Amino acid sequence: MWHIIELVFPYAIMYTVPLLITALGGLYSERSGIVNIGLEGLMIIGSFTGALTIYLIQGIQVTDNTAAWIKFIVKSDMSIWIGLLAAVIGGVLVSLLHAYASINLNANQVISGTAINMIAAAITVFLARNITGSGNIKITAFTPMAPEFLTNIPIIGPLFFNRAYWTTLLVLVILFISAFALYKTAFGLRLRSCGEYPQAAEAAGISVRKMRYIGVMMSGALAGLGGATILVTYSGQFTGSVSGLGFLALAALIFGQWKPFGILWATLFFGFATTIANVSTVIPALDVIPPLFLKIFPYVVTLIALIIFSKSTQAPKAAGEPFDSGKR
Amino acid sequence: MRTTIVSLLAVVAGMIAGAILMLLTGKNPIDGFSFLFLGGLKTIDRIGDTLATATPLIFTGLSVAFAFRTGLFNIGTPGQMLIGGLSATAIGLTFDLPSVIILPLMIIAGFLGGALWAFIPGLLKAKFNVHEVVSTIMMNWIAYWTVNYTVPLYFKGEYLETESRKLPADATLRTDWLSDLFNGSYVNYGLVLAIIATIIIAFILNKTTLGYELKAVGFNKFAAEYAGMKVNRNVILSMLIAGGLAGLAGVVQYAGNSDVIQIGVMPSQGFDGIAVALLGANSPIGVFFAAIFFGILYSGTGFMTAMTKIPPEIANSIIAIIIYFAATSILFEKLVSKYLKGREEKKLSKQSSVKGGEQ
Repeated sequence: MWHIIELVFPYAIMYTVPLLITALGGLYSERSGIVNIGLEGLMIIGSFTGALTIYLIQGIQVTDNTAAWIKFIVKSDMSIWIGLLAAVIGGVLVSLLHAYASINLNANQVISGTAINMIAAAITVFLARNITGSGNIKITAFTPMAPEFLTNIPIIGPLFFNRAYWTTLLVLVILFISAFALYKTAFGLRLRSCGEYPQAAEAAGISVRKMRYIGVMMSGALAGLGGATILVTYSGQFTGSVSGLGFLALAALIFGQWKPFGILWATLFFGFATTIANVSTVIPALDVIPPLFLKIFPYVVTLIALIIFSKSTQAPKAAGEPFDSGKR
Repeated sequence: MRTTIVSLLAVVAGMIAGAILMLLTGKNPIDGFSFLFLGGLKTIDRIGDTLATATPLIFTGLSVAFAFRTGLFNIGTPGQMLIGGLSATAIGLTFDLPSVIILPLMIIAGFLGGALWAFIPGLLKAKFNVHEVVSTIMMNWIAYWTVNYTVPLYFKGEYLETESRKLPADATLRTDWLSDLFNGSYVNYGLVLAIIATIIIAFILNKTTLGYELKAVGFNKFAAEYAGMKVNRNVILSMLIAGGLAGLAGVVQYAGNSDVIQIGVMPSQGFDGIAVALLGANSPIGVFFAAIFFGILYSGTGFMTAMTKIPPEIANSIIAIIIYFAATSILFEKLVSKYLKGREEKKLSKQSSVKGGEQ
């Protein structure tokens, strides 16, 4: 039993991290009142811009004449960090399309989000094909950091730090900062008020448009980071898809009832469910369960959660509705 | 008239964006587009292939448009399409019957499969007010994994692990006379089904009490309820029909255009249905022509890529950008009404100046 746990735990955390950061992005957007089902597409954008940046940096030919700092960037993990930054910027830029459509033009947010998904999936592969021919971009990714003093801690070490990356820590830091920012600062209160009752927020002197722009841009930044996290941890290449993780992040957002730590538990749950489904064939105790059940488990549970929470939902009340200043 | 202009403007904007993409990657957009349209329309067999490519899009487009008329956003078309295709494939591979019996059975099974997949979100919407967008997305992935495990387990292909066995010739919608008519194209009875479906859906929406009620629920469900209509029943019914149409898209795709069902693929025709419905302004006839336009784009890409090395994803890119512009159509609407207003004002000022001259 311990063996199974030791096997599953590190991978589960590895799968949880991109899901968590993307769902947090969705949280900012929906809390500000804009539904963003374009998370999947924004993750693809992050994965693409990250992969392209890292590919270009890692492809620089280093000779004896190259400046020392360039050598350092090309040869070290610094290239990956620059890629992550590029992914954040890419995510923000594309999310502006969604923000403009849904905030300035009062477009249907679901359609605009769908358009973002389709644009991201199509254009990134189009561009990648022009660059590499195959449409895939391979990079050298992070290796798990696992300093010895951490993995040597009994029990916790092998469970949490065996396949932990620097991005794992980064995402946890962002989680705590987000929880603080949303619930303990004036900014958080303003953002949340725009998602609950924007007319009241406006009457209190808050610029609803500005807050919603911030919300959507945060979702772009974090979803971009989420997509790039997959790239620089377990995948190592851009393939033009993130296999529905963006939609799963959306489910985690609902399952976690639009709260940062609720989302943490929801994504951990999905991370474990995914890992168990993936390793079930090599673990005799799980082999008896048809893999199909394990694969569809997260989605079925989300449907059930939707029913259970339907009476007492914590969803931001104004999410999805275009802001009409004159409405009472 | 105005919606047509807006749709056409969205198309033009999408194509301009496509041209910019081609320019950015160092290709000649004029060559690109001429080969794209030649590839879709140059010969009679290419026209046939274009119509065949458009066939599943007509169904998914009708599905999204029909649900939209009731105020529902059916984003579950890919999943409904997969289950419809799986049901039809299961019937086709299990029973050895003559065409006249097996094909109707497969079509019914496909419709029911898709309808079942949409029934669950419809029920959740009606009974628990669960938003259909989220529940249909979940149903998509449940369908994806269901096909992923069911096909290799029960209908494994002879050579490839990733697709089902080939359907026997009697159990597909292919037919010699249509293929011969279009000079060897793979166009099939699916197109005939699509035309019939378009007419039936147009009839239901415009000429029946049911259609009137569904549209009333879409306009204002509280008013509809006050008028004595059963809103919940109509929501479920609308999802059932929409799901069935998407299921038929699966039948014409997997038992017509193709004769196998692949695993590990979320069919792109599903989400494209949203684009088709938007571009067709949610009217069945509009959907039909929008689907054929997308059919040209998709079936022309092979020829374009061969002649110009422009990656085939340009078609998806153009379609995706068209959806974005259709979603933000308010921008075009403003432009159009500004233009119309401007013209009217000009006319008025001209008239008044003419009058002034007479005095």
